[in-house]
Amino acid sequence: MIHFDNVSKRYPGGHTGLSHVNLRIDAEEMVFLTGHSGAGKSTLLKLIGLLERSSAGQVHVNGRNLTRLKNRQIPYHRREVGMIFQDHRLLFDRTVFDNVALPLVVSGLGHKEIGRRVRAALDKVGLLHKERAAPVTLSGGEQQRVGIARAVVSKPPLVLADEPTGNLDPELSQEIMNLFSDFNRVGVTLLIASHDIALIRGMNKRILTLSNGALVADSKTETVDVT
Amino acid sequence: MSRKPRIIFPVHIRLQRHAQVALSSLGRLSRNALSSLMTCAVIGIALALPVGLHVMLHNLQQVSGSWESGASISVFLKQKVSEEQAASLAEKLRKHQRIQEVQLITRSDALQEFQRQSGFADALQALDYNPLPNLLFIQPKTDFTTAEKAQQLVQELRLLPEADIVQLDLQWVRRLQAITIIAQRAVVVLTALLSMAVLLIVGNTIRLEIQNRRTEIEITKLIGATNAFIRRPFLYTGFWYGLFGGLIAWSLVALAISLLSGPVATLAQLYQSSFDLSNLDATTALILLGGSSLLGLLGSWMAVGRHLSAIQPS
Repeated sequence: MIHFDNVSKRYPGGHTGLSHVNLRIDAEEMVFLTGHSGAGKSTLLKLIGLLERSSAGQVHVNGRNLTRLKNRQIPYHRREVGMIFQDHRLLFDRTVFDNVALPLVVSGLGHKEIGRRVRAALDKVGLLHKERAAPVTLSGGEQQRVGIARAVVSKPPLVLADEPTGNLDPELSQEIMNLFSDFNRVGVTLLIASHDIALIRGMNKRILTLSNGALVADSKTETVDVT
Repeated sequence: MSRKPRIIFPVHIRLQRHAQVALSSLGRLSRNALSSLMTCAVIGIALALPVGLHVMLHNLQQVSGSWESGASISVFLKQKVSEEQAASLAEKLRKHQRIQEVQLITRSDALQEFQRQSGFADALQALDYNPLPNLLFIQPKTDFTTAEKAQQLVQELRLLPEADIVQLDLQWVRRLQAITIIAQRAVVVLTALLSMAVLLIVGNTIRLEIQNRRTEIEITKLIGATNAFIRRPFLYTGFWYGLFGGLIAWSLVALAISLLSGPVATLAQLYQSSFDLSNLDATTALILLGGSSLLGLLGSWMAVGRHLSAIQPS
């Protein structure tokens, strides 16, 4: 599903985001990405969602070579990658329903189909009763679940999450993680960046560790201890 | 791994999407009714100026057209021709097949009138003779009133031994027409300049709108919106600005014409004319509305092209 081949990212000004990362994530895997802040977690996710392009090396996602993807093809790539952010990135002038519907509207679905799918996604995250609510009236955990519903509503094969539990208390964080596990069980590939070591260890999934832009540990190939 | 084929949606769904975007951008304008109205009013006033001038010129041309058909000829007779000779010449010319009517204004009549009206009475009395010539004021028959045929009659009258100066009173109509042509050119220039102003107004308004909706644009780009999708609401907004601006221009011109038509009718009556100020005709109105919508669309296209690509999600 995701394949990094000797990928580096340098930002203008000389800051190194990633250096020589080799990585392979198979379809239907659920993988955590950890490391101190500034280690390159966000950069790695951004390269997959094509928010940034790599400076060197090849990035393949879902059979596509992103290095060769033209700018006008980026939207079609992003439709196959659901993205979840720490700050939710919701549109506050629209209802919960309209926020979740956005990816479907963008890809041009008819409104009946949109209604059906949005309600299914909201039901899955347990917010069906809030579809007419404005995002500001929701709690942080609820807002994040709206963000998750939006990321999965178009049934993308791959979902990326950048610190999805960053602002949530442990109980809510665990709920969110369980939700991700549910998606993974139905075949969605997930890559979740988090520095909450305790939380992700409890999930018992593959953990990748980044440090200063380099991939320093992979729980699939070795036993890691990064504490 | 399989690659999803790109789905081409049927026409009715795409039309439905366009209608939705058109209506939602209209709704957005109505939510900020006052500022939207002000933008439309600026566009309307800018467009009302050339359109109003065009309508006035159109009216002027109609008036001068009817004046041309009423061309008359003045024949100033030589000084040595006496009033009796002038009267018999007038009588002779009345039988001419191309002449409808001849009015003789004798030199003594003319002098009296001149003394009465010019204020040079004292100066004229100091002269020991009357410097004014006899004048025959000739109205050609209606078949011969076109500029060309009247000109033929003028040539004929010039051959009369008594005639000194023969003048077709079409000169000032011609001058008016020449001025009208200059004014028309000016309207074209004005239209071009003010159209550019409309482009800039719409472009700037859309630029501000893009800045206000920056976050929204970033998020929709993140979710996989194409540039066309993001562009669309702004293009519709520009279109609506143009259309409503055009409608405002139309009503401003109509209002101005209806305010002028009363006094103009009074003036026309004083000239024994039944001239009526005509309003914007359907073709011009359609051109106005189509043109203003197009300007709105173009203006927003320019702004969108420049500013949207600068916004990238991070």
